[in-house]
Amino acid sequence: MKSYILELPATEIIDKIKRQEVSAEDYIAKLFEKIEHEEPRIHSFITLTKESALIQARMIDRKIKTIKDGEKLGRLCGIGVAVKDNICTEGIRTTCGSRILENFIPPYDATVVERIKGEGGIIIGKTNMDEFGMGSTTEYSYFGPTFNPWDVSRVPGGSSGGSASAIAADEAGLALGADTGGSIRCPSSFCGTVGLKGTYGLVSRYGLISYGNSLEQIGPITKNVKDCALLFGCISGHDPRDSTSLPYPSKDYTQSLIDDVKGLRIGVVKEFFGEGTDEVVAKYVWDSIKSLEGLGASYTELSIKSLEYALPTYYIIAMSEASSNLARYDGLRYGFRAPDKNYDWNTVFSKNRRLGFGLEVKRRIILGTYALSAGYFHEYYLKAQRIRTLIRREFDQTFKKCDVLICPTMPILPFKLGEKVKDPLEMYMCDIDTVPANLTGLPAISIPCGIHHGLPIGLQIIAQIYREDLLFRVAYTFEQNCFSVNG
Amino acid sequence: MVKEDLVRIGLEVHCQLTKLKSKLFCNCSSDYRGKGPNTNICPVCFGMPGSLPVLNEKALKYALMIALALNAKISERMLFYRKNYFYPDMPKNFQISQYDKAGGMPLATGGRLSLDDGKIINIRRIQLEEDTGKLSYDGTIESSSTTYIDYNRAGIALIEIVTEPDMNSPKEARLFLQKLSSILEHLGLCDPNLEGAIRCDANISFGGGRRVEIKNISSFKEVERALRFEITRQRNLVSKGIEVKSETRHWDDVRRVTFSLRVKEEEEDYRYFPEPDLVPIEISNEMIQQVLSEMPELPEARKRRFMDRYGLPSQTAEVLTSRKALADLFEKSIELYPNAREIANWLASDLLAYLADTNKEIESLNVKPDHFAELVRLIDDGVISRSLAKSIFIEMVSTGKMPSEIVKGKGLEKISDQDYILQVVDKVFKENERAVKDALMNEKAINYLMGCVMKESGGKIDPNVVLQIIRQRLDQIRSVR
Ligand SMILES: [Zn+2]
Repeated sequence: MKSYILELPATEIIDKIKRQEVSAEDYIAKLFEKIEHEEPRIHSFITLTKESALIQARMIDRKIKTIKDGEKLGRLCGIGVAVKDNICTEGIRTTCGSRILENFIPPYDATVVERIKGEGGIIIGKTNMDEFGMGSTTEYSYFGPTFNPWDVSRVPGGSSGGSASAIAADEAGLALGADTGGSIRCPSSFCGTVGLKGTYGLVSRYGLISYGNSLEQIGPITKNVKDCALLFGCISGHDPRDSTSLPYPSKDYTQSLIDDVKGLRIGVVKEFFGEGTDEVVAKYVWDSIKSLEGLGASYTELSIKSLEYALPTYYIIAMSEASSNLARYDGLRYGFRAPDKNYDWNTVFSKNRRLGFGLEVKRRIILGTYALSAGYFHEYYLKAQRIRTLIRREFDQTFKKCDVLICPTMPILPFKLGEKVKDPLEMYMCDIDTVPANLTGLPAISIPCGIHHGLPIGLQIIAQIYREDLLFRVAYTFEQNCFSVNG
Repeated sequence: MVKEDLVRIGLEVHCQLTKLKSKLFCNCSSDYRGKGPNTNICPVCFGMPGSLPVLNEKALKYALMIALALNAKISERMLFYRKNYFYPDMPKNFQISQYDKAGGMPLATGGRLSLDDGKIINIRRIQLEEDTGKLSYDGTIESSSTTYIDYNRAGIALIEIVTEPDMNSPKEARLFLQKLSSILEHLGLCDPNLEGAIRCDANISFGGGRRVEIKNISSFKEVERALRFEITRQRNLVSKGIEVKSETRHWDDVRRVTFSLRVKEEEEDYRYFPEPDLVPIEISNEMIQQVLSEMPELPEARKRRFMDRYGLPSQTAEVLTSRKALADLFEKSIELYPNAREIANWLASDLLAYLADTNKEIESLNVKPDHFAELVRLIDDGVISRSLAKSIFIEMVSTGKMPSEIVKGKGLEKISDQDYILQVVDKVFKENERAVKDALMNEKAINYLMGCVMKESGGKIDPNVVLQIIRQRLDQIRSVR
């Protein structure tokens, strides 16, 4: 089942719809044919919204035909957007990949969803994810795993695995993920898509069901860098409903797509190429750095000592926040409720939570609860916060010597389903290169830098806060000039 | 009787900012009373997945006012913490509150409030937090098979004021609370008359023993009662050689006893940590100055002004300023008729006594400043006697009728009419010749004549005037002789 239009970047599809070369309705209908064809194989979605998407498409077509002078068509006019299932959508169930929210239908839209709709984007469904975003494989979904479209015996990465696989399989024009410790960049690396976690506070978290509040950001997962810049421009910008939202206006990041890296100083931090890094991955990333050097950039090898502590620091903070965030899922007000009656509250809470949460979620709640409890708070949580400050400072120092950092997104190639589930610690280790951006709030993008034996490899670029423009510029230059060389 | 310094009482007072238009972290109305269950909620205060709190700036301003009024030290930087525990009245199963340990910074620390006898009650900390929802039952907690949860109250802004254990008697605790509530009322932030607007936990230790905490006391009267009961209970234990357990007890205001909720093995583990959805708040000097410039007159200052400007005795000024409504009523009344001392007396003694007897609030009465101004004017003009004024007063406050109206309606205006009084006195003299003779000789016999006159007039005449006229009459008789 092939359909040429679905393979195009979102920006081109939007242009075709605006120019009436294709109707939004035909496009959306084709998109759902494709989804129906692909889903049994890869399982990107938990919920599909075909009917409302088609109605939206018809309304957009009508608007295009009757548009008056001065009226604007949205920047996302008619494009099908897949939304990670931990982002609230009014009237569409939002499960977080968990049994405990299996039947939860939010009465409101997340700010990002509101903004997408405001730009004419069409929500086509909610994508699969590791339960509450906890995992790097999308195997921990209550609704069953997603499979990597490049090789269905392998994981798509996580936790936004559904969004990345939907983009990789042309099941959506654009997708939203959410990244707490690499949840956008990891599946982007494994599925060969572009994924951005922006500066902390640039994208509103209002409507994002929290896992690790101080770490996570919603961000785009797309086919190419231009699509990524477009979507990021649409969803970012100050939101008064989120206190941590920065007073920074939304920008048109497609203006940052400049094919030029002359004079750019690249930092190569040795801790990002640590012990567990696959040689093949390291080679592809180094080749990419050399290619950029060929385009006029320079690079320096550096060291950030405190990165040694990044993983435990990240997990302590994330799990502590999660243990508190997930306390509201007690089955009293919404969501899953065990059928028994006539028990005291503690028994009811416990039973609902025991049956409603999966293994990995319980593991992290227990660890987080432990880290916050009296007597351990100082030893774990407060110490982690101090190390976090230390890491931030070291990054600030590092950025005096270079403009961007380049490293692998994932230290390894996509692995087989079930391979890491047995050993959670081994799975946590995969996040080694992605978590520093979450601890520091720095923006980081993952772009494909090559394909090895039919499996994509991701390259990560990290910049200083607010410097998404620089990320897009480097990523765009790389995409335009280097990818085909490696591929 | 317990020796005063044997008892140490500390209070933890929760005051709702009832005058705030919205809740602490969302735009829902703070006026939740009387609304249908769970109708005054939004995703934020209901703790819906994905919702985020945003601090109500006005709540912060109000909280600063309270801290300044209590002479507390305001923190330069304020943090919100999460207090984690499972309870069905909390939609998120954590409460956004503040914390004064482990790097936490409450709004303010170290304030004080002085009682009328000059005693100072120190305040440990003042903090801002969200209220919880409300649970209700079919009948009692024990017998009900269902618990109903109403989240309308969840997210209402609460100010928590924690004192040092500086109070040595239940009465002092009540006086502290009255003083505090008057301040809140004068600031215009909290209406203490609304049900649940001010709630209180008390901890008490006896003879240096363990601390017992009494939870959820709903009114000032109940605080005093609960503490009295607890002192007696603890004293009895001690006298029998039984150790007082460190525990949390519940005050049952129907049976008027405390009963044990749980024994405290160690402090509960609330797993406090900084609320990651709210950024730290810097409280600048300019902000404090701004709040100071907007502060209304507080009870202490008002009391001093009442004493200086109107020459009121300290005691009266104190009573008047103990309730803002009372002090306002006083000031408005004397604008209409400037006999401050007289009006103050009527308000401070008679009106308060009436309220206490009838269990009513000033606000529910149908009287306005004109009522009191007129009443005192009638007395000053000699139209009514002081003793008659008392009965007019009762009718006035219970019906809302103007004093002049009451006087007219009862034909009472006659009583100060000299001719009428003379008539009655003459009649009594004629009917009691013997008594008149006695009275001419013996001053004490006048009382009998007085009694007869008062009886004849139905007690409506000012006895002083009667006495005066009887004396005049007796003098006339003497001079004729
Ligand atoms: Zn609300």
